[in-house]
Amino acid sequence: MVSKTPPTSKARRLRQRAPMPPTAIVDQGFVAARAMLLDVAAFLDRVERYGAKSDFRCEAMRSAAKFLSDGKPERARRILERLSDPTRAPLAVAPRGAACGAWKKGRK
Amino acid sequence: MRYIEPHGHMVSRTTDDYRAMVTAGCAAVCEPAFWAGYDRSSVDGFRDYFRQLTRFEPARAAKYGLPHYSWICLNPKEAEDLVLARDVVAIIPEFLSEPNVLGIGEIGLNRNTRNEVTAFEWHVELAIRHSQLILVHTPHLEDKLKGTRLILDLLCAHREIDPARVIIDHVEEHTIRQVLDRGFWAGITLYPESKSSPPRAVDMLELCGRDRIWLNSACDWGVSDPLAVPKTALEMRRRGYTDDFVDAVLFRNPRQFLSQCPKFQLPGHDAT
Repeated sequence: MVSKTPPTSKARRLRQRAPMPPTAIVDQGFVAARAMLLDVAAFLDRVERYGAKSDFRCEAMRSAAKFLSDGKPERARRILERLSDPTRAPLAVAPRGAACGAWKKGRK
Repeated sequence: MRYIEPHGHMVSRTTDDYRAMVTAGCAAVCEPAFWAGYDRSSVDGFRDYFRQLTRFEPARAAKYGLPHYSWICLNPKEAEDLVLARDVVAIIPEFLSEPNVLGIGEIGLNRNTRNEVTAFEWHVELAIRHSQLILVHTPHLEDKLKGTRLILDLLCAHREIDPARVIIDHVEEHTIRQVLDRGFWAGITLYPESKSSPPRAVDMLELCGRDRIWLNSACDWGVSDPLAVPKTALEMRRRGYTDDFVDAVLFRNPRQFLSQCPKFQLPGHDAT
C-alpha cells in the first residue's frame, strides 16, 4: 500500500525560513530573469530573420510563451506540458535523433 | 556544510572534480550506470564497465576520502537492441553482491518505445527477484511527461514494488507531483541548460514540500556541473532557509533513501 506523505505544511515551511520582504525575491532574481527574457525575444527575432519562423519548435515556443502573461500560476508546469508529447502509447519505433524540446504530431 | 551527491557519472569526470566535491562538503557519491555517449557493441563491453563502476571508481574516489557507491543496469538509451539487452541483464546479478552496489539503475525510458518498455520490465523483475532498490531515469525534454506516466503505470502494476524503495529521477514541475502522489521518491537534477536550475529546484521544494526529494547534479561527459548540489544550498540560503533545512534536503533525505540498502554507510556522520 502506498503511504502518501503530505506536502510540507505552510507553517512548517515558515519555521524553516527566516522572514524576508516580498521585494527581496524580486531583488534576487529580476536582473537574471530579465536577461533570460531578452534572450528568448532575441532568439525569436533571430529565427525570423533567418527564415525559420515556421519551424515547429519556434511555433511551440511562441505558443508556450503566452502563459507568461496570462496571470495564472504554475507557468513553468504549464509551459512544460505545452511542449510535451501528450500521447500515451509506447512507440513501435524510436524517432530519429534525440529529443528536441518540442513535440509535433506525426514527426518521425 | 555536508551533502550527498546521489547521482554523478564520475567515470566521465576528472580527479579535480573529486577534490572540489570533497572540499565543498560531499560525504558520498553514488554512480548509476549510464550511456557512454556511444552504443557498446557487446556484453563484454558492459561487463568491463560494471567492473569500472564496482572496482576502479571506488578506489579512485577513496584517494580523496570519498565513499563511492554504484547502481548497475543497461541504460534505456541502449535498450533498443533486445538481444544484447537480454544478455546484459543476465550478467547483472554477478555484480549485485559487490560491496558498493546499492541497486538497479538508472533504468527507465529514453524515447518511450516498446523495446525500451520491455527492457525496463526485465530490470524491474530483476530488482524484485533480488530485493534491490531501484533508480529510474525519466526521458528528456518533450518525452518526459509521457515517459514518466508510462514508468509509474508499469511500476504500480507490480504489487511487489514498494514505492518507498524506488526513486524517480529528473523530475520537473510537470512530473514531480504525480511521482510523489504515488508514493515514490523524486530526484531533481540540476543542469545548466536542461532539467532544473537551482532556483526552480527550490521553487519545487516550496510547492511540494521537502519530503522524499533529493537533489543531484547527474554530472557526466555533457554540459553539467559536479558542484550543482552545494550551489543550490546558496539559493536556499539567499531565500532565508535555515541550515537545518539545507541539511535535510542535501544530506538527510538522500541518506534516508540510500540507507534502505544496508551497504550504504557514512563513517564519521552521526544518525541525526
